[in-house]
Amino acid sequence: MGSVLKPGPEGILTPMPVDVEARVIRNTRLSSDYNVLALAAPDIAAAAAPGQFVMVKPGRGCTPLLRRPFSVFEVLRTNGRADGLTLLSKRVGVTTEMLFEAVEGDVVSCLGPLGRPYTAVDPPVEAWMVAGGVGLAPFAALAELLRARGTSVTLFYGARTSGELFYLDWFRDRGVRLALATEDGSLGDRGRVTLPLERALQRAAAREVMVYACGPEPMLEAVARMAASYRRRSEVSVERVMGCGLGGCYSCVVPVRDGPNGHHYVRSCLGGPVFAGDDIAWDAH
Amino acid sequence: MTPDLSVRIGPLTLKNPVIAASGCFGYGVEYAGMVDLSLLGGVAVKGLFLAPREGHPPERIVETPAGMLNAIGLQGIGVHRFISEKLPELRERRATVIVNICGSTLEEYVELARILSDAEGVAALELNISCPNIKEGGITFGCSLTGTYDVVSAVKKVTSLPVIPKLTPNVTDVASFARAAAEAGADAVSLVNTFLAMAIDVETRRPKLSNIVGGLSGPAIRPIAVRMVYQCRRSVKIPIVGMGGIASARDALEFMIAGADAVQVGTASFVDPFIWTKLIDGIGDYLRRHDVARVRDLTGTIDTAAREKEWISS
Ligand SMILES: Cc1cc2nc3c(=O)[nH]c(=O)nc-3n(C[C@H](O)[C@H](O)[C@H](O)COP(=O)(O)O)c2cc1C
Repeated sequence: MGSVLKPGPEGILTPMPVDVEARVIRNTRLSSDYNVLALAAPDIAAAAAPGQFVMVKPGRGCTPLLRRPFSVFEVLRTNGRADGLTLLSKRVGVTTEMLFEAVEGDVVSCLGPLGRPYTAVDPPVEAWMVAGGVGLAPFAALAELLRARGTSVTLFYGARTSGELFYLDWFRDRGVRLALATEDGSLGDRGRVTLPLERALQRAAAREVMVYACGPEPMLEAVARMAASYRRRSEVSVERVMGCGLGGCYSCVVPVRDGPNGHHYVRSCLGGPVFAGDDIAWDAH
Repeated sequence: MTPDLSVRIGPLTLKNPVIAASGCFGYGVEYAGMVDLSLLGGVAVKGLFLAPREGHPPERIVETPAGMLNAIGLQGIGVHRFISEKLPELRERRATVIVNICGSTLEEYVELARILSDAEGVAALELNISCPNIKEGGITFGCSLTGTYDVVSAVKKVTSLPVIPKLTPNVTDVASFARAAAEAGADAVSLVNTFLAMAIDVETRRPKLSNIVGGLSGPAIRPIAVRMVYQCRRSVKIPIVGMGGIASARDALEFMIAGADAVQVGTASFVDPFIWTKLIDGIGDYLRRHDVARVRDLTGTIDTAAREKEWISS
């Protein structure tokens, strides 16, 4: 059984997800907090588009009780066929703790794919992906899709320190240009990822660029505003506390602009997690 | 033997006792692609006011031990858009639609009941007089015996639809509220709504919800909800729709044995959106195993008699 996404009423995507008891194929620790978990979930992997997410729950008990949303990081393929996916996770709470400790053969409940993906661009439009910390999560899959279409891809990637910048060779091997920033200056620019981004925007002249962002919300806001001030389109992936991922609970809302001053709340599981940077009412709260 | 799973909620017959709880299943249509809505006993849609509402700013939920707090603030599209945009699809999918209505005033409940009585495809009205997360209306009726009586009798006067007031557990004696509802002519009562609760981030000393307080749901509340259903069953004859932390067929059966005629499931469906057939099949299996012909024969069959024989062969 595969999954399909069809446009529903109000232009939202009606998810047709599958729930898979996914076996852990591999757990790769990247640092004392970050890991990449590979899961056998062929149906989800085959259907997932970059930017979409899965709702994940390790274990069957009440700790954790609810699933948590994770971007699909990589789609794993054997002989060209999608048979697994990976999650990039940072240990911050009970679920990510369990994912950090997971071992091969463990089972993780995985529901997806869900949500609205990034809009892929084709040449001559260039793709600039902007990641902050664990916000790298949607960009491995997106880079692969874009490179396969021949699109030029640059990754602007910021973290606290060089030891928290991961997968650099993975991206280089796929022809992705890197522009790095660390808060302690140990690699790339010292400061925020918006530093190299702004420099690049200043030099971009008339080139057509689509800016994709994922990371902490203040970063998303800064990137969306910066892209807009240089008249470039942006798409941001928001990360909200989600109850169900399916539109049932109305907990994961973001304020979306209507008109110059107003806004209304949109469920990010259905209307997002990817939104046009211009659509979000950044000063609503 | 195929057990009879149908239950009666006043004049309404449900094909089975498993209902999606209000506020936990959107307007139902969100799930139409993945769940056959016609298989459910009923679908209680998200609470509706007359007008659209924005709801509270995030954060709106937080997980707590074996449960969660929510303060959504009843974001919703209002009754008119519900009727024009959602009800046709629910009808087409042959869902048994229970509309959960909320008012700031008694007149708003009455107006909502009038409007929905004229709409095609509404099976029953659930009066939300128990939402703990909004300041105006609702809970002020649900926390007062006369308020409960007045809103139920006023709504009953203007509709022929079954009327099911939803009771709050945030009172000392829930059974007295079930009695007030029954005396006012309620066709059934549903309980429980969420328990008023809060959670604080000790590092920042900030509340974890924007609304500061919210409603607790999920397995954590189940034993209290079962006790409240049991107490109501001993006080009123009208049907009871029980809920609070149901996550398996066993949990649903526990509510029915305590006195519920039907059950609703909310939080657990966030975890498993495909829970419905598991619950319905699990109840059927139980009835077969215990040689019970009709699920309605199970309601209130709790055995509290003193045990004489200590030797029970296994
Ligand atoms: C996110 C959320 C939203 C809810 N919204 C409503 C609502 O709009 N109207 C209502 O009567 N109850 C609402 N409830 C209460 C549930 O319908 C139910 O009474 C309660 O959650 C207990 O059941 P559970 O433990 O199975 O979730 C809501 C509960 C949750 C968790």
